[in-house]
Amino acid sequence: MSWLMTFRVALRALGRNKMRSFLTTLGIVIGVGAVIAMVAIGDGAKARVEQAFASMGSNMLVILPGTSTAGGAMGGFGSQPTLTWDDLKAIQSEVPTVRYVAPTLRSSAQVMSEDQNWTTSVTGTNPDYFQIRTWPVERGEPLTASDVDGAVKVAVLGRTVADKLFGASDPVGQVVRVKNIPFTVAGVLAAKGQSPVGQDYDDAVFVPVTTFAQKIQGGLKNYVAGQIFVGATSADTTDRAQRQIEGLLRDRHHLQASADDDFSIRNLSELASAQQEGTRTLTTLLACIAAVSLLVGGIGIMNIMLVSVTERTREIGVRMAVGAKGRDIRLQFLVEALTLALAGGVVGILLGVGLASYLAASLGWPVLFRPDIVVLAVGFSGAIGVGFGLYPAHKASELDPIQALRFE
Amino acid sequence: MENPPLIRLEDVTKTYHMGEVEVHALRGVTLTLEQGEFTAIMGASGSGKSTLMNIVGCLDRPSAGRYLLDGREVSGLSRDELALVRNRTVGFVFQSFNLLARTTALENVELPLLYGGVPTAERHRRAAEALARVGLGDRTHHHPNQMSGGQQQRVAIARALVNQPRLILADEPTGNLDSHTSIEVMALFQELGRTGITVVLVTHEPDVSEYAARIVVARDGRILSDHHRTPKVAVPAPATAGEEPAS
Repeated sequence: MSWLMTFRVALRALGRNKMRSFLTTLGIVIGVGAVIAMVAIGDGAKARVEQAFASMGSNMLVILPGTSTAGGAMGGFGSQPTLTWDDLKAIQSEVPTVRYVAPTLRSSAQVMSEDQNWTTSVTGTNPDYFQIRTWPVERGEPLTASDVDGAVKVAVLGRTVADKLFGASDPVGQVVRVKNIPFTVAGVLAAKGQSPVGQDYDDAVFVPVTTFAQKIQGGLKNYVAGQIFVGATSADTTDRAQRQIEGLLRDRHHLQASADDDFSIRNLSELASAQQEGTRTLTTLLACIAAVSLLVGGIGIMNIMLVSVTERTREIGVRMAVGAKGRDIRLQFLVEALTLALAGGVVGILLGVGLASYLAASLGWPVLFRPDIVVLAVGFSGAIGVGFGLYPAHKASELDPIQALRFE
Repeated sequence: MENPPLIRLEDVTKTYHMGEVEVHALRGVTLTLEQGEFTAIMGASGSGKSTLMNIVGCLDRPSAGRYLLDGREVSGLSRDELALVRNRTVGFVFQSFNLLARTTALENVELPLLYGGVPTAERHRRAAEALARVGLGDRTHHHPNQMSGGQQQRVAIARALVNQPRLILADEPTGNLDSHTSIEVMALFQELGRTGITVVLVTHEPDVSEYAARIVVARDGRILSDHHRTPKVAVPAPATAGEEPAS
């Protein structure tokens, strides 16, 4: 008998028991749907983490000053001012994989407009900082090198601060007072959103580092009382830049080979990949759980096929009596199982895509459907159909026609 | 002898093993059936007549002895080879019709052709022809549950006929039919015999066996008697309204 005929015979047999066929496929539908939805959601979560890290800055290293040790009590990172302005210049000029270097001096301060006030973080830095963070101005002008050189009293506002102090009106050209010192608003930064830990990046004010040191910190010191942001030339050179800076700073600080660093370098791409690894593990875990439901669906198909073989023993007997070979019967039941599984697979894909789209829409995540997962799910459900259909089909084909015809 | 007999059984035995007990269903049967013969095999339950029919119909193989079907030794064939012989040479008619439920008469009749690898168009044509031959040309798209018992049995006979077999085996074909319908079915078998098809009827009803030209009586796995006689001619009465289905 031809494949096409076998397929038609199988479809007809399934059609005679529509409700049962539907319930049997349900296991596969849920299994495939769950796998597709889980993987899509997992990928969406991963993409969101990537987005969050990309918004922190690309190819970014952060150098923190070292710890102070007083009577055995470790002061924590940054408690000891070990990074000098000369260190900063040396990193800029001597490390070839470094493109941007920005000092950041930070203080929490009350910022006032004419009729509003807002306590926020005020950071003294240079134009490189905005390059490292890939953070352009939305309105007005960014900080410039001449602002830094001349210690000009200008400020660039984060989006949140601009909204709090000026509402709907344009802040550019207006005056804000930080610790009672008037700064002219040069520009407003584009909204950047939240950090991976939920901190609002846009709740910040930026001023030239020189102005910050003189007016807010109270005089320029010979060390950098804050962190140094470094932008490597590319994502690939970030790790190399980290090692080179480490070598340079140890050299400049005359540290013995046995001595610990008196500074520390945070590599954010490491953090990002660790986060991604975590999401990937979670996705795999969820997909595995979903795959178990696929397996259960397969067992459901086997169960129903076994019932079906018993129920249709007489039919099998008749088919054999009129000339069906064992292989014809085996193929018929195998195709029935395969059809159930594949139909379940297709419906499951639709269900999974729908579910993932709905969840993504309600969580505000990007939805990513991977065609390879769809192909895999269909292939897997097909394999389950054949795998779990094999035993019932074999059992049917081994029936003795005489016994089968006599079966009540 | 210009033609070999269609069926030649030589000292056929069949023994079943049920646990430790040996059941001798056939204890040495020798039987020859010529082409076109209408034979009734009779016997009480346990006489071995069903086993005999299963072996003649190639559903089962003898434990010992020879079985030549149309001159060919079939007792040593494999399951699949026997399936092929059944498909080409034998048509079965059962007591309980054994039609596929929720399947049209036409598709039921097509079943042997499906396994014979006959192309779709020819399959439809031959199945329709077979149905017309049993007087059901207007019932091709009815399902078994829309037909009377007599009509269902005629569909089953059409199915047995459709592959132009040499032999039709009917196992108590009138067991579920009333006497009027039984005569119709017997008339059909007698007509088939006239066209050269060998009909073997297994029954325990003497009035049904009267239509056969030869009566073989089995008892305890052996043939008790075997004689030819002039059969009663089955004349079906014109179809009455009571036989029509409520479709």
